[in-house]
Amino acid sequence: MDFEYSDSEVAFREEVRNFLRENLPPKAERDRNFLSTWLAEVRARGWVGFSWPKQFGGSDGGLIEQTILKEEMALAKAPPLGSSFMGLAWVGPGIMQYGTQAQKERFIPDILDSKVTWCTGYSEPNHGSDLASIQCKAVRDGDHYVVNGQKTWTSGASWSDWIILLTRTRFDADAKHQGITCLLVPMDAEGLEVRPIENMAGDRHFAEVFFTDVKVPVDQRLGAEGEGWSVTVSALANERSSIGEVTAMFGKLDTLKELVRSTTKQGKPATQDLKTRRTLAMFEAKIAAMKYNGLRYLTKQINGEPLTSETSVNKLHRASLEIEMDDFAVELCGQAGLQLPGGDNAIHNGRWAKASLSWPNVVIGGGTPNIQRNIIAERLLGLPKD
Amino acid sequence: MNFGFTEEQNLLREQVARFMQEVCPISKVREVAQSANGFDAALWQRAAELGWLGLTIPEKHGGIGLKWIDLTVVLEESARGLSPLPIVSQALAAAAILRCGTASQQAQWLPPMARGEAVYTLALYDDPNWIDPAAVTLTAKRTQDGIVVNGTKAFVCDAMAANYYLIAVRVEEELALTAVPRDSVSVTAQPCMDTTKPMASVQFDEVSLPADAVLPLSTTDLSYLTDLGAVAITAEMVGAAEAALHMTTEYAKDRIQFGKPIGRYQGVKHRLADIYVDVESFKSLLYFAAWTVDDSPDELPRAISLAKGYASDAFAEIGIDGIGLHGAIGFTAEYDIQLYLKRSKWARPMYGDSDYHLDRVAALGGL
Ligand SMILES: Cc1cc2nc3c(=O)[nH]c(=O)nc-3n(C[C@H](O)[C@H](O)[C@H](O)COP(=O)(O)OP(=O)(O)OC[C@H]3O[C@@H](n4cnc5c(N)ncnc54)[C@H](O)[C@@H]3O)c2cc1C
Repeated sequence: MDFEYSDSEVAFREEVRNFLRENLPPKAERDRNFLSTWLAEVRARGWVGFSWPKQFGGSDGGLIEQTILKEEMALAKAPPLGSSFMGLAWVGPGIMQYGTQAQKERFIPDILDSKVTWCTGYSEPNHGSDLASIQCKAVRDGDHYVVNGQKTWTSGASWSDWIILLTRTRFDADAKHQGITCLLVPMDAEGLEVRPIENMAGDRHFAEVFFTDVKVPVDQRLGAEGEGWSVTVSALANERSSIGEVTAMFGKLDTLKELVRSTTKQGKPATQDLKTRRTLAMFEAKIAAMKYNGLRYLTKQINGEPLTSETSVNKLHRASLEIEMDDFAVELCGQAGLQLPGGDNAIHNGRWAKASLSWPNVVIGGGTPNIQRNIIAERLLGLPKD
Repeated sequence: MNFGFTEEQNLLREQVARFMQEVCPISKVREVAQSANGFDAALWQRAAELGWLGLTIPEKHGGIGLKWIDLTVVLEESARGLSPLPIVSQALAAAAILRCGTASQQAQWLPPMARGEAVYTLALYDDPNWIDPAAVTLTAKRTQDGIVVNGTKAFVCDAMAANYYLIAVRVEEELALTAVPRDSVSVTAQPCMDTTKPMASVQFDEVSLPADAVLPLSTTDLSYLTDLGAVAITAEMVGAAEAALHMTTEYAKDRIQFGKPIGRYQGVKHRLADIYVDVESFKSLLYFAAWTVDDSPDELPRAISLAKGYASDAFAEIGIDGIGLHGAIGFTAEYDIQLYLKRSKWARPMYGDSDYHLDRVAALGGL
């Protein structure tokens, strides 16, 4: 056990810090071109797709360097390293693993260069947690598939260029996860319609996506016909260490502490309220637990042991903290806590009020807590399946 | 960066696990716990031979000179089987002597401890639920050639087994530790929930102790020893909680109700998943805290308060749900899960409960 970094790891951290000092001006000083310059600069340094193989334009970055990069970026509250979160998180890795040479050449560089934004068409109105039951239909017709059906909750559908789409190509398969096929579809395809959905916080991030006789060339199929489920599963398994999230959560905890220091409760400083102190300390314990859980799992990976479903542990912590921390701030501030951005007495410009209406992004969007519990119970504890 | 155990530590873990299975299975634990002193000299000698009693004692004093992270391996693994060996008491006393004792006190007391010839225990606070220098209230009077102690130390772990007590006393407003041999005090065993962790009161009736049996104890030392106590207890909680989870999980796979194993019902499986999350989490926090003891002591107070603050209540709930998920059989004396509930109750207040530790986290974090 040791928490020292090697000389080259320390040097890498220094390199990232120096870069951030020079290339990340305070928010107020950022001009219109800031984001595109930023994306070009981090790309030039090989930090986009940092862990991807060099042959695909990545940097073959090691596990510890990845952690350092994520940690430093989160500490500096830097913008993302690419414009397509999903492209980098699972579409790119999926294409590298299952794609043809032509698909790799066609799609990977654009993801790395932030030229193309991807969205994910998995969930349907009747199939969310039970993803393997999806019904959106694709029928082979010569060198095309013809797609009919509906996706929903598709984040970023309104501004994405491409969608990674799960379709059903066989309805008579023995098991429901057979007969699923993964297609890559441009969002401007004929017959594809996007209808944004407003969420309870008033944002329009996700949308319904309708497919009416949408023609998709066979060379835009990812993996073999009927192999779509494996493509999805292995792509989702690409999520790595949670260090970036943990760092951001420690930052959020610091802001909460500042809030507590400047707030009174029943006329007395909130810092003297035992429940308040205890609640904050328990947040800190859970975030620290996420950090050290992550480091233990990272060590396993470095030693070449496969990670199975351990990441569900941190996902459950993240889900409950996501709800509890914002809720705590809102409750602490009483009626002022209710004011949204723009309110005369809004706390931290309404950040907490707004966030306390946005937790489903994290808590439902990436697989619900109950599903994480099933995963832990069945895969880690060996309990019988539902 | 490496947050894993070494090959040697893994071997040590296997050695302890084998010992618990072969030499000290739960039937043996029950037998020892029911004996008069809750102590088995033969087991103790075996532990000494295996080097566990001198693990953190330097080589020059007959120990092995390892770190608290190594001791953590022994405590976690032995607590999995609810070992009744007073290793925690011995290790804390050794740590106190190393920290507060003179070179000659160390040379005199540590070697017999490493050899297992002496059983030591440490008792710091008199108040049952207060971690603070003011909670040390047993007083001693200074005399020409030492001190005289009068009064009672009410809560002393493993006191029936020990032949030396390292007792915190107040000597004219200063704190001190004093090493007291068994035959100069009277010890009364107390009926307690967890018989694998026997507790007794120790009474001092005009006990004179020479100057060379007195060690100065600063408030920093007191706080440090309290933190080590919390590290040791939490290490044991990790092993015991994991065992309770395992036992309950296996039961849930076997027990059939309504035609299916109860582990298929989410009321059962989801609670077990949540327990898994908690145990994984306070385990990670504890490993880090144990590492800080020798390698980053400035971080110890926050690290151990995070770990014990989390573990104390989580393990208490695991103890209760371990029984609940078993149904009535879990309530029977014969079935072992109830022993883990008792251990969780015992561990909760030891060296600070969750209220103490979480409030300290808040204070250390600037609140
Ligand atoms: C903000 C946001 C963004 C999203 N973005 C996308 C996206 O970009 N692309 C995409 O494809 N999808 C997206 N989703 C959809 C998301 O993946 C699903 O919402 C999620 O998988 C849950 O499915 P569901 O909403 O249909 O709920 P359901 O599956 O109907 O679940 C309803 C409730 O029942 C529980 N439940 C279901 N099955 C079980 C079970 N077996 N045991 C116990 N409890 C169970 C769930 O935990 C939940 O509490 C997004 C969702 C949100 C909220």
